[in-house]
Amino acid sequence: MAKKKTIRTIPQERTPVQELDPVERVKNFAEVNCGYRIEDAVNEAERCLLCPDPACVKGCPVSIDIPGFIMKISAKDFRGAYDVITDTNLLPAICGRVCPQENQCEGVCPVGETLEPVAIGRMERCIGDLAIAEGWSNIPYIEPNGFKVGIVGSGPAGMACAADMAKAGCDVTVYEAFHQAGGVLKYGIPDFRLPNPVIDAEIGNLTKLGVKFECNTLVGRLFTIEQMINEMGFHAVFIGTGAGYPTMMGVPGDSLNGVLSANELLTRCNLMRAKEFPNFDTPLQLGNRVAVIGAGNTAMDATRVCIRLGAEKVYCVYRRSKTECPARAEEVHHAEQEGVEFHWLTAPVEVLGDANNNVRGMRCIRMELGEPDDSGRRRPVPVAGSEFEFETDMVVFAIGTNANPIMGQTSKLKLNKWGYIDTDASLAASIAGVFAGGDIVTGAATVIEAMGAGRTAARSMKAYLGIRDTDLPYLSEGWGSAGKLFGIDLRERNFARIRIA
Amino acid sequence: MPLEKEGNRFEILKREDFSDVTYLLEVHHPMMAKAARPGQFVIVMEHEHGERIPLTIADYDRDKGTITLVVQAVGKTTREMQQNCREGTHLYAVVGPMGIPSHIGQANKVVCVGGGLGVAPIYPQARAYKESGAYVIGVVGFRNKDLMFWEDKFRACCDELIVCTDDGSAGIKGLVTEGIKQAIAKHSDIDEVVAIGPPVMMRGCAETTRPHKIKTLVSLNPIMVDGTGMCGGCRVKIGDQIKFACVDGPDFDGHRVDFDDLMARLKRYTPTEKTALKRWEDGCRMKTPISPALISSLTAAQLSQLDPSELDQLDPYEETKGG
Repeated sequence: MAKKKTIRTIPQERTPVQELDPVERVKNFAEVNCGYRIEDAVNEAERCLLCPDPACVKGCPVSIDIPGFIMKISAKDFRGAYDVITDTNLLPAICGRVCPQENQCEGVCPVGETLEPVAIGRMERCIGDLAIAEGWSNIPYIEPNGFKVGIVGSGPAGMACAADMAKAGCDVTVYEAFHQAGGVLKYGIPDFRLPNPVIDAEIGNLTKLGVKFECNTLVGRLFTIEQMINEMGFHAVFIGTGAGYPTMMGVPGDSLNGVLSANELLTRCNLMRAKEFPNFDTPLQLGNRVAVIGAGNTAMDATRVCIRLGAEKVYCVYRRSKTECPARAEEVHHAEQEGVEFHWLTAPVEVLGDANNNVRGMRCIRMELGEPDDSGRRRPVPVAGSEFEFETDMVVFAIGTNANPIMGQTSKLKLNKWGYIDTDASLAASIAGVFAGGDIVTGAATVIEAMGAGRTAARSMKAYLGIRDTDLPYLSEGWGSAGKLFGIDLRERNFARIRIA
Repeated sequence: MPLEKEGNRFEILKREDFSDVTYLLEVHHPMMAKAARPGQFVIVMEHEHGERIPLTIADYDRDKGTITLVVQAVGKTTREMQQNCREGTHLYAVVGPMGIPSHIGQANKVVCVGGGLGVAPIYPQARAYKESGAYVIGVVGFRNKDLMFWEDKFRACCDELIVCTDDGSAGIKGLVTEGIKQAIAKHSDIDEVVAIGPPVMMRGCAETTRPHKIKTLVSLNPIMVDGTGMCGGCRVKIGDQIKFACVDGPDFDGHRVDFDDLMARLKRYTPTEKTALKRWEDGCRMKTPISPALISSLTAAQLSQLDPSELDQLDPYEETKGG
């Protein structure tokens, strides 16, 4: 190895990434961020200091060996880099695109203390895309162990859990209620941010691991979790059904025609391809002046979808300021570039309708920031007498989601007071052999956090089934609080399983 | 319990036409036949480019492993299905059973009301009540005698059956609300009324029973996309609460449903529905249909050269009148 890199010797500027021109890209759904070319990735790899105790790995919810794969990129061993990443993350092309790296790996990168942090996400994506183009997959030798594992929901949590369980030798079946696998990656995240072929390629990798996908299957209603365990022969089940159920605005006029949830807008547009109506049958009646309420990633996706579908004006209305906005910085930046008009510190009071029950406008109130609330962000407080009306013919609300009730309605799983599935630290739910993770446990979060939860659950599931985990010496002290589940020693739980089998 | 291979799924085993707009499809889905209960629905996609439409499960046969759907050809999708769905063809997607099953309680005397297309989905409820030991009064309404179906099935599970037609061509002349009034006049001890049909009819039923304070359940049919509680498109106002018909329903207390809101929301996509239907109809007309007279004059060899899709044009039910 050459001499040690220091903050002074590395390239000072972050390697830029090519993006589609805003004027052009608003006319189509092509991916905005063109990604690094190979040479860009090699350049950027030079900026990594290869810290001996890398903070980035700890910052990553799935603990990818980041310096490890960057070193491989520097050595131009791209296949090697792919293998390093996919040892822990089977879906680099997806994570490289949708992770909020600025709050994770890149947020703790020491280079970022003086310069711009190393562009870890862009390099990851570059390797992921290269793998898709080259048809690489990192399929280890798998010895079937005879255990049958069911995964409910084919979103990021389910996919991550499925990958780990399949690698461990289990016979894995993933159930999806929609007609296509992918969950929120398919119905929620639009093509210009995460193209469908990328998702399908990553799903293809899971299929190569032996994972079976069963679409059009609504678990809970077609068969219950209890039936999976008791009748269908599943030794363990993972629930990753997501939060789903959109939160209503709760203001007068929120059931007018033209008011819809971001989930509905995005599902119609992305999964059902309403953007290609009438070649696809699902319609989407777009307004000319669209107001999107909320400023998370979903809200950004909604604004940018509306722009591309041809709305004349798209407003983003958020009750806090830009500093508190939960969306990835890049998404807000892209939305601004594309002409979305932001109204920070503004909250809707009423949606106004016309005689035909259609939206004609919205009454809003200005807000100011008060004392910090539970989330640590400053609480928005209405400014008295600041109400105003503006013209809009479509209101999209993206103000969060609640727990989907189907699992609670159809099983005896213990739920918490908000309706999410109650689990212990190892993500075991209240029925032996059932694990849960992702939004259905934590409430709405990110794709990578869901994947992280899927992997944590997979580790617990392996311990429960008595499968030796290569990541983890059997029953090591690393288990800590997870050594006992619901007060039962893990080994006894194994014993319980043997009795059932 | 493995699901079947992709290509063999959702096969249509039987089709029956009740009228030129109403048809029945029996779909092969053994798991669903086993899981389905009265009041539940499925979401169907006819083909890969199709839309997801909710259809109430009108019946299920656990031995044959089938579920029965009764469809009215009103829009583009349902007309296209009317044209394409034959015995032996497959639906692209069928998912369910969705929604909370109807609560078949301990009611002693129940009126089960079905209007138009609601006649099919009220049938499993009537049967379930009968099986639970209740005295079941069926009230079914049609525009005229020609549109009637399943009278025999209802007679088999109802203790009394009141047929209502708009023109009086069968049963009593009048709307189903007339039938309910008759039933209430005759029986003072009705515990429950269950009504399924168009929103305006269900509102009529709820208003008929309201003065008598009879518990009235209605099954709501708003526009849905996923049917799993994810999009909120099917939200309805029940009293002062917002509920999602797909996961919180579809059955609700008829006296608390805001029907004006429901009916206004059902019109959301009327313009695009019209566009889709017109485009589809124009597309159908573009191909020159071959008359049956011509077919009979052709030799077998000539016939074999015809494009099978052209033969489809001979569908006697193609000329739909809409609903």
